[in-house]
Amino acid sequence: MSPTITTSSEANGNVSAATARAAAKAAVVAEQAGPQTITLAKALNSAMADAMHTDPSVLVFGEDVGMLGGVFRITDGLTKTFGKDRCFDTPLAESGIVGMAVGMAMNGMRPVIEMQFDAFAYPAFEQIVSHVAKMHNRTKGAVKLPMVIRVPYAGGIGGVEHHCDSSEAYYAHTAGLKVFTPATVADGYRMLREAIDSDDPVMFMEPKKLYWSKDQVDLDALRAEHAENTARGTSSEGRAAVARPGTDATLIAYGPSVPTALAAAAAAAEEGRSLEVIDVRSIVPFDDETVCASVRKTGRAVVIAEAHGFASVSSEIVARVQERCFHHLAAPIRRVTGFDVPYPAPKLEHYYLPGVDRILDAVDDLQWED
Amino acid sequence: MTISAEAPEDAASEAVRKFGITVEDYMLPARHQIQMVGPDGTLNPHTEQGTQPGHEYALPGDEELLAAYEQLVVGRRVNDQNSALVRQGRMAVYPSSHGQEACQVAAALCLSDGDWMFPTYRDSVAVMARGVDPVQTMTLFRGDWHGGYDPTKHKVGIQCTPLTTQLLHGVGVAHAAKLRGEDTVVLAMCGDGATSEGDFHEALNFAAVFHLPVVFLVQNNQYAISVPLAHQSVAPSLAHKAVGYGMAGERVDGNDIVALLAVLGRAVRLAREGSGPLLVEAHTYRMQAHTNADDATRYRQDSEVAQWVAKDPLSRMETYLTDRGLLDDERAAGIAEKAEAVATQLREGLSEEVPVEPQDLFKYVFSTPTPQLKEQSALLADELSREEAAK
Repeated sequence: MSPTITTSSEANGNVSAATARAAAKAAVVAEQAGPQTITLAKALNSAMADAMHTDPSVLVFGEDVGMLGGVFRITDGLTKTFGKDRCFDTPLAESGIVGMAVGMAMNGMRPVIEMQFDAFAYPAFEQIVSHVAKMHNRTKGAVKLPMVIRVPYAGGIGGVEHHCDSSEAYYAHTAGLKVFTPATVADGYRMLREAIDSDDPVMFMEPKKLYWSKDQVDLDALRAEHAENTARGTSSEGRAAVARPGTDATLIAYGPSVPTALAAAAAAAEEGRSLEVIDVRSIVPFDDETVCASVRKTGRAVVIAEAHGFASVSSEIVARVQERCFHHLAAPIRRVTGFDVPYPAPKLEHYYLPGVDRILDAVDDLQWED
Repeated sequence: MTISAEAPEDAASEAVRKFGITVEDYMLPARHQIQMVGPDGTLNPHTEQGTQPGHEYALPGDEELLAAYEQLVVGRRVNDQNSALVRQGRMAVYPSSHGQEACQVAAALCLSDGDWMFPTYRDSVAVMARGVDPVQTMTLFRGDWHGGYDPTKHKVGIQCTPLTTQLLHGVGVAHAAKLRGEDTVVLAMCGDGATSEGDFHEALNFAAVFHLPVVFLVQNNQYAISVPLAHQSVAPSLAHKAVGYGMAGERVDGNDIVALLAVLGRAVRLAREGSGPLLVEAHTYRMQAHTNADDATRYRQDSEVAQWVAKDPLSRMETYLTDRGLLDDERAAGIAEKAEAVATQLREGLSEEVPVEPQDLFKYVFSTPTPQLKEQSALLADELSREEAAK
């Protein structure tokens, strides 16, 4: 019997603020105290390492996630720290990875698995849609699947074909999957811990162009926040955030589009227009309350997303806001999204991606003269 | 038990040392399918029962055979009762395993309580033989819900419709158990058509690479709805596919429960002892149409079906046990009574109109309903209360 591996239920019974604090204390990589500049990649890595310390049923596996540490190095050092039973490479087969994770989650584990790239996850689509999303439902809650499927997604890295898809709508459209996407370094840590803690399966969409974005973050403070949330049974799960307050119009964005929206808001401020930026964070469940409160306040909205606009998450957001805020709107809601074309080659992607100018043009169109 | 996510350097080497044969002879199925009792109910000569080195099988004990026979009779009664209930409109659909009962029963009997079974939609008899309540098993086909039993109670995966996807779940259950040092064995079931699916390949390969205690049972019933095996595979046999994954394969007469108990029993024992996964192909026949919605006369001849009637798994076992003096009229009557009791349970349980609860739609999507689901739940509740008020 391996002393380091127990069932999730055993582990869960013991999770308390005290054990969480102990885990935080024993954090894998000794960091200096206080705020420091780290990348989103590092924040995600720390979240997995801390979860693995806290709960022996947390396992990490996928393609090249072992000694290499993943093609984006998000799992760097986990095999070395936790051993080959806790973080390991699988054969190169995505349906196999997801299907095996389903069985492991049925049998007491909390798998955190990596799909190497967005478009490489499609072989696993049947497992995700037909089983990951439905097992809880089919068994009336007798079988829960506490698993996280990490997907590096979206563009902006000059990737060759099949490396830059915005695939979030496929998952968001499927009942039974939670879909999270962090846009900040701190949220990378916070939201991945919450995803691993979730008893429901989570599609964790990581904006790959933000992996190397940096921010001043106090990991110890985030650990303490997580421990406190665990003890109190509270969290930020399913909540959108006001990324920048404003009064004249609302920019609604998620994942890779949040920094673009913030840049647009900064540029608009120079022209004397105050734009509020909402970071959706959780696509499923969707935080209607925060999004609609902002739009009711400003009366104008632009939804920004890298994905194709047609039948997309952005169309869903427009529909929801329109249904709930119609009488507060001074202008039709605009969208700035990727065009309805296959994700373009590296030399063409800047024409495709929503940029500051295109966002500001949309803002200009919000019937200010009325 | 060694705990490692990595396969040993040579998965078959230990078995090869044990049996004193080559890796190929260990992994390739025996030259003939293993059969112990022939279609006429007589025991094959010992030398024909499966005696090739590395493929040696012991005749199961009398008590085991009698218990298996009882389950065969119950299984046949269950199949025929369920088909009748479909005709009476009590169930939406029933994929019958009539003719495959020996595979169904052996699949359940070869496992211990701590083991897991991962069945397909056609394996209801195996699910019941494992101990799951018959009426709960049929809930899926009655249309009340997409599943009627708690898989954790009897360690039986929910009956799976997307072909071979459940094999990977079995692989994951075995992997988790192995990491915890438990001696769980998983029996993962699929049909001949399913071996064409990608997940069949991925499941066998993952099980072999991680050296997991999984026994894959392929019930080769000759047809994938209307398409015969020749259109699925031109491999020498489906059991031969094992060697490509570095695991041992065996083929067995799927209508001979004596041979099935011997072959599956040994496979489960070897898996538990750390041999890694094994693949067993059972040759059987789907005596009836794919489901009540299918018309088998469009793609196969009555003469072909007649040949398989002569190989029926029940009649040969009845003859064998009677000739051995193990089965007399009194015992046969007792078994028939038990089978009738299960049939009655099905008739009564499935005739009862159980009201469905509309709010269940929203209850089991997530552990806690999202705000959106709460809104939709309120919408439906309001709609229903207005309907009620208008009555």
